[in-house]
Amino acid sequence: MLYLGPSALKQPAGQQQGPAISDWQQYYQQQAKLSQHPLLQQFYQAGMVAADTPISKVPLLALDIETTGLNPANSGIVSIGLLPMDLRQIYASKAQQWLLKPRFSLSDESVTLHRITHSDIAQAPDLSSVLPQLLQLMAGKVVIVHYRGIERPFLHAALSARLGQGIYFPVIDTMALEARLHRRKPLSLWQQLRGKQPLSIRLADSRLRYGLPPYRPHHAVTDALACAELFRAQLAARFSPDTPVSQLWC
Amino acid sequence: MEIEQIEILQFLQRHSPFQELPPEQLLQLAQSINVGYFQAGSEILRFNEPLQALHLIRSGAVETFRRNGDLYNRLSEGGIFGEQGLLRGGKVRFPASALEDTLIYFIPDQVFQQLFDSNEFFADYVEVGDTERRKSTKAAKQAEADLLSAKISTLLQRDPVCLTSSANVWQAAQTMTEHSVSCLLILHDSSAEQTTVQGAEPGAEPGTLAGIITDRDIRSRLVAPGLKSETSVRDIMTTKLVTIDQQQYLFEAMMLMLRHNVHHLPVLKQAKPVGVLALSDIIRYESQNSLYVVSSIFRQHSVAELSALGKDVKACFVRMVNEDANSQMIGSAMAAIGRSFKQRLLELAEQQLGPPPVPYCFLALGSMARDEQLIVTDQDNALILHNSFDPAKHDAYFQQLAAFVCDGLAACGYPYCSGNIMATNPQWRQPLRVWQQYFTDWIAKPDAERLLHANIFFDLDAVWGESRWADELNQLSASTAKTRPQFLACMTRNALQRTPPLGFFKDFVMENDGRQNNSLNIKRRGTAPMADLIRVHALAIGSIATNSFERLRDIIAAKALPNGRGEDLRDAYEVIAMTRIRQQALALQAGETPDNNLVPERLSEFERKHLKEAFSVLSNAQKFLKFHMRA
Repeated sequence: MLYLGPSALKQPAGQQQGPAISDWQQYYQQQAKLSQHPLLQQFYQAGMVAADTPISKVPLLALDIETTGLNPANSGIVSIGLLPMDLRQIYASKAQQWLLKPRFSLSDESVTLHRITHSDIAQAPDLSSVLPQLLQLMAGKVVIVHYRGIERPFLHAALSARLGQGIYFPVIDTMALEARLHRRKPLSLWQQLRGKQPLSIRLADSRLRYGLPPYRPHHAVTDALACAELFRAQLAARFSPDTPVSQLWC
Repeated sequence: MEIEQIEILQFLQRHSPFQELPPEQLLQLAQSINVGYFQAGSEILRFNEPLQALHLIRSGAVETFRRNGDLYNRLSEGGIFGEQGLLRGGKVRFPASALEDTLIYFIPDQVFQQLFDSNEFFADYVEVGDTERRKSTKAAKQAEADLLSAKISTLLQRDPVCLTSSANVWQAAQTMTEHSVSCLLILHDSSAEQTTVQGAEPGAEPGTLAGIITDRDIRSRLVAPGLKSETSVRDIMTTKLVTIDQQQYLFEAMMLMLRHNVHHLPVLKQAKPVGVLALSDIIRYESQNSLYVVSSIFRQHSVAELSALGKDVKACFVRMVNEDANSQMIGSAMAAIGRSFKQRLLELAEQQLGPPPVPYCFLALGSMARDEQLIVTDQDNALILHNSFDPAKHDAYFQQLAAFVCDGLAACGYPYCSGNIMATNPQWRQPLRVWQQYFTDWIAKPDAERLLHANIFFDLDAVWGESRWADELNQLSASTAKTRPQFLACMTRNALQRTPPLGFFKDFVMENDGRQNNSLNIKRRGTAPMADLIRVHALAIGSIATNSFERLRDIIAAKALPNGRGEDLRDAYEVIAMTRIRQQALALQAGETPDNNLVPERLSEFERKHLKEAFSVLSNAQKFLKFHMRA
């Protein structure tokens, strides 16, 4: 997860998000036929739950990607962390993390952020060598992220470059869920005049509101765990386990 | 590359019983954990459902309950629950629910069992009630304390005073005077210089020990033969050295000194000197021995001299705690010391007042009579006088005698009894027949209010004089009390007035109704109700023992308690008493005034957990007693 400054957050999130899809089950069925690359064929053939499936029955995967920058066009992936979860448990014991050699060079800012250095990645493999395993773990699952502007666009760009075809999959964005609650309407002029700041919906601040402990940020699996726990807390506080997944994914 | 579960690992490293695990076991554990989230008010565990994991609270708070719905425990970050269920059949024994929004780490049953089997500390921490195993580890520790005593390293007072072998005797004498020491260690110089030293071991490293010089060496090897003070220390030092390693034990040091007839032993750590053990160090250490304290009490000739021994009593108490003595050893040593103070004070009183006009017996009551005295204790005493006692003629003498002893005890660190149960009170300074009447009345016509103040007389021991009278009173209560259900019911009611708390939550003491307090009087809420409870059972079976542990042995032998409960009670008493003792020893070592107030912040997680279990044993025993005696 990258630190998102106010400017990054103001960018409309739709630009790199690909087509607006509401029926992911149907989309997966189409892609299973259209895809050329066997890895993507397999991925889409695993299918996706129907839009009206209650969230308690949906297999989930918390995912976090550390990158060299914000723009997938000129930044690469240095680390991927993920762990499966459902509404009962977060399977931290099945957590996976990969350190990867990006095709773009590491910027100094990103090094200070996630503490992954040039020497760390000198021996690291390219994403293509872990793709079979990554796609297998993602297949059939709805992905949980905090801010949808990173994981999906970066994987899409990385796969386009390597397989000649990008990838789309449904994500549940815990930041967007927080925004629904706290950013429903913009601050009034009166509130702005009084110097009121909009409530922070960053991962650490959001977790704090649910009484979740502080974790060291910018470590892929830890961020995935932090995001998974936040989602559980959001669900417990605001949604029924019977909520159709279509109300949560995008 | 770092491991995935870094946050989980770091959390485990901060909490018992996980932080004590070896690194590779800890890592394995961290990688086995899954995470659950429970909203405040939601159910975590339901009674009798299958249990697959030990539950560790990552954040939030949890309450566990008994089957009947009573609160069993309240736990916060770092707390564990579910261990009893996992150890007994894999089903939930204490249902749990979230008090706050709570994050739980699940430790799989299989991993839990593996840790339990392979790690002693972990097993001790999570396990409750396996008295056999706990006893055997305690016995092993005890043997160690008895046989091997203290390590040399604990006795060293200061760094050694050293010079190198190039120095002369004048410099040596100056250094010894400056540091006021009677012996000086001589170290090998740099190796270049050393080659010129005659007789130096080839290859001896600089900084290692070359020899030793004592006051006596300067006298007999320099002054007596008339050598100059510029003589090199090499010429008069002793090079045939008797040394000891800091890891060796005191008794080994004593053996070496005896065998070689030396009074100073250089103490080495990895071949380098770290200090000198002198005969005087050993004598000082031994002077903290309870036997030594007792014998010195009898060598004092005034109250002022006796009161100066107070610091030795405290040192002796701290030393016994540090040597892992159990509560019985400490309790009886402190009682022996207290008894000796009384005896010596009575000797001094008789010297001053003349011989008594009629024979008497001076009684110790309460904890001293039970051999369960600690460092913070007030005096409880009484006088039995011969039946020929005539108040008009004799009481002036006994009044003075009592005042002398009670004032003396107060000066020696045993404050006056706030309930005025002292020989200075005429009510408790009576001839034997009045005492017999007291006991007969208490037992035949009991009244809870009166017995509340009198129950201390059922722990009674003769300190001085006609000890058979004390035995007669003990016999009287032992033989009649058991036939008087009404009396036992009254004693029971009194014994149940003070109850233990439920346990601890964060840094608070938690009561059974969930209320939280900052501290706990461990005597009033722990050891005292425990002793009261044991006393009632002892009276009910006609035991004449006064020590609680001996009473428990009689109670177990008489099968007055359900199978195993007597042993549980004994272990619980030991846990509570030792917590009280350790806290007082810590206060003494920190230069504070010890008291009976227990502050949860000062307890380790391990102590809290065991204390909570001990409280629960006591609480159950109180419920059993209530039912049993129909009080």
